[in-house]
Amino acid sequence: MLKKIANIDRRIIFIVIVLCIIIPFLTKTVLEIRVSAPVKSAYKALEKLESGSCVLFSVDYDPASQPELQPMLIAVLRHAFKKNLKVIMMCHWPLGFPLGQDALMVTAKEYDKKYGQDYVNLGYRPGMSAIMLGIGREIRDFFASDYAGTPVDSLDIMKGVHNYGDITLLIGFEAGATGDYWVRLAGAQFGQKITLGCTAVCAPDCYPYLQAKQIEGLIGGLKGAAEYEKLVECPGAGIIGMTAQSAGHIAIIIFIILGNLSYFILKKREKE
Amino acid sequence: MAEIIGIWVAAFLTLCIFSFLYKDNPLYKFAEHLYVGSSAAYMLVYFYFFNIKPMLIDKFIAETGLARWILIIPTFLGVIMLLRIHPKIGWISRWSIAFTMGIGAGIGIVAGIHGYILPQTKATFLPLFIKGDLIQSANNIILVVGVLTTFLFFYFSKEHKGLLKPPVKIGMAFIMVSFGASFGYTVMARLSLLIGRIYFLLHNWLHLI
Repeated sequence: MLKKIANIDRRIIFIVIVLCIIIPFLTKTVLEIRVSAPVKSAYKALEKLESGSCVLFSVDYDPASQPELQPMLIAVLRHAFKKNLKVIMMCHWPLGFPLGQDALMVTAKEYDKKYGQDYVNLGYRPGMSAIMLGIGREIRDFFASDYAGTPVDSLDIMKGVHNYGDITLLIGFEAGATGDYWVRLAGAQFGQKITLGCTAVCAPDCYPYLQAKQIEGLIGGLKGAAEYEKLVECPGAGIIGMTAQSAGHIAIIIFIILGNLSYFILKKREKE
Repeated sequence: MAEIIGIWVAAFLTLCIFSFLYKDNPLYKFAEHLYVGSSAAYMLVYFYFFNIKPMLIDKFIAETGLARWILIIPTFLGVIMLLRIHPKIGWISRWSIAFTMGIGAGIGIVAGIHGYILPQTKATFLPLFIKGDLIQSANNIILVVGVLTTFLFFYFSKEHKGLLKPPVKIGMAFIMVSFGASFGYTVMARLSLLIGRIYFLLHNWLHLI
């Protein structure tokens, strides 16, 4: 029996994990979500802004991270629009643009926001570090027009927005190291207030920034997205996915415990 | 109609990729090759229309004077980078690499020191005992001990034995906890991706939820 557990067919593990994810979806089970301190800080950073303040959204991920970061982006956009903040969106990842645009279309419609007045999508520009440093001088040097080629000077929302001094908060949605650059360049060199929303893989690397108060708040992975959805009282893909995530985690923990127990017992028996 | 076709294609390709979990098969290979090919083509087109066309071709046509002719420098550096394919003159591409490395190092060193090392060092200068706040005091002690012992773990000028052994062991324990946290978050991230795909299959494709 122990040998069987120690050499379990990986396909059985896959089936169990898939079932652990499918069953909560089909049974529509929703677990209680506790909001963690980093997400609460991120929420507060946006909540305390005055109506009409400019918030820069940096969408730096692609479809590979969509399940984690898209619900997060939608939840934060809902919060921003609810607070009547001006949303300026840009991206350092080429494929972040369509994802950001999708999220803007959904949320702007819900809150009856107008393009060019309440929000704008500047799109993608290459040259990450150069752009981050350049925005400290003049955003128009890199984004003279929006994603559709409309000159930014013709858009109401961009009037009076020139550099970091005019941006109250920067929120980066990160699937890679772009968030580090935001903190090290825009944060450290220009004093820009930053909140990071990142994939779960990147989250452990961002905690030192939070501890050192280099960022205002941290939203990590699908769990972070679910917590933010709870705070803005708009349940979405984050909350729906959390039960499946918890079930999957429990299955993995059980497999790890069983695997280790059988390994150690078998090792002990071999010695005897 | 186009949306429905898109969803069916996406669902088919998702199942093709998942079929690898059973074993390698032609359907998986087909989806894999399709992904690599379409991604490469997409990125090529994207980079042409977002890099080369607006930042080089259009600017060269629109600008005048120095702003126009200075564009020859990046064009030259870009072209010589392509010389790597020729073994005899491939060495010329090192000029472009040197230029890129110079800029990267310049930005990286300033960002690394000013934006990471100094603030992070500053953040470890914490009071070890705070009156009336035992939890915060414990947190600060753990943080400071963790930083110092982890540093000692990476101190290789002296063998890790004698007086150095206990703190190095503690440092190793902190590193292990860090690895554990990273692994836990990685599992969470990968499960989230699976959840996203399964949600797509059940919601968008099969309309079961």
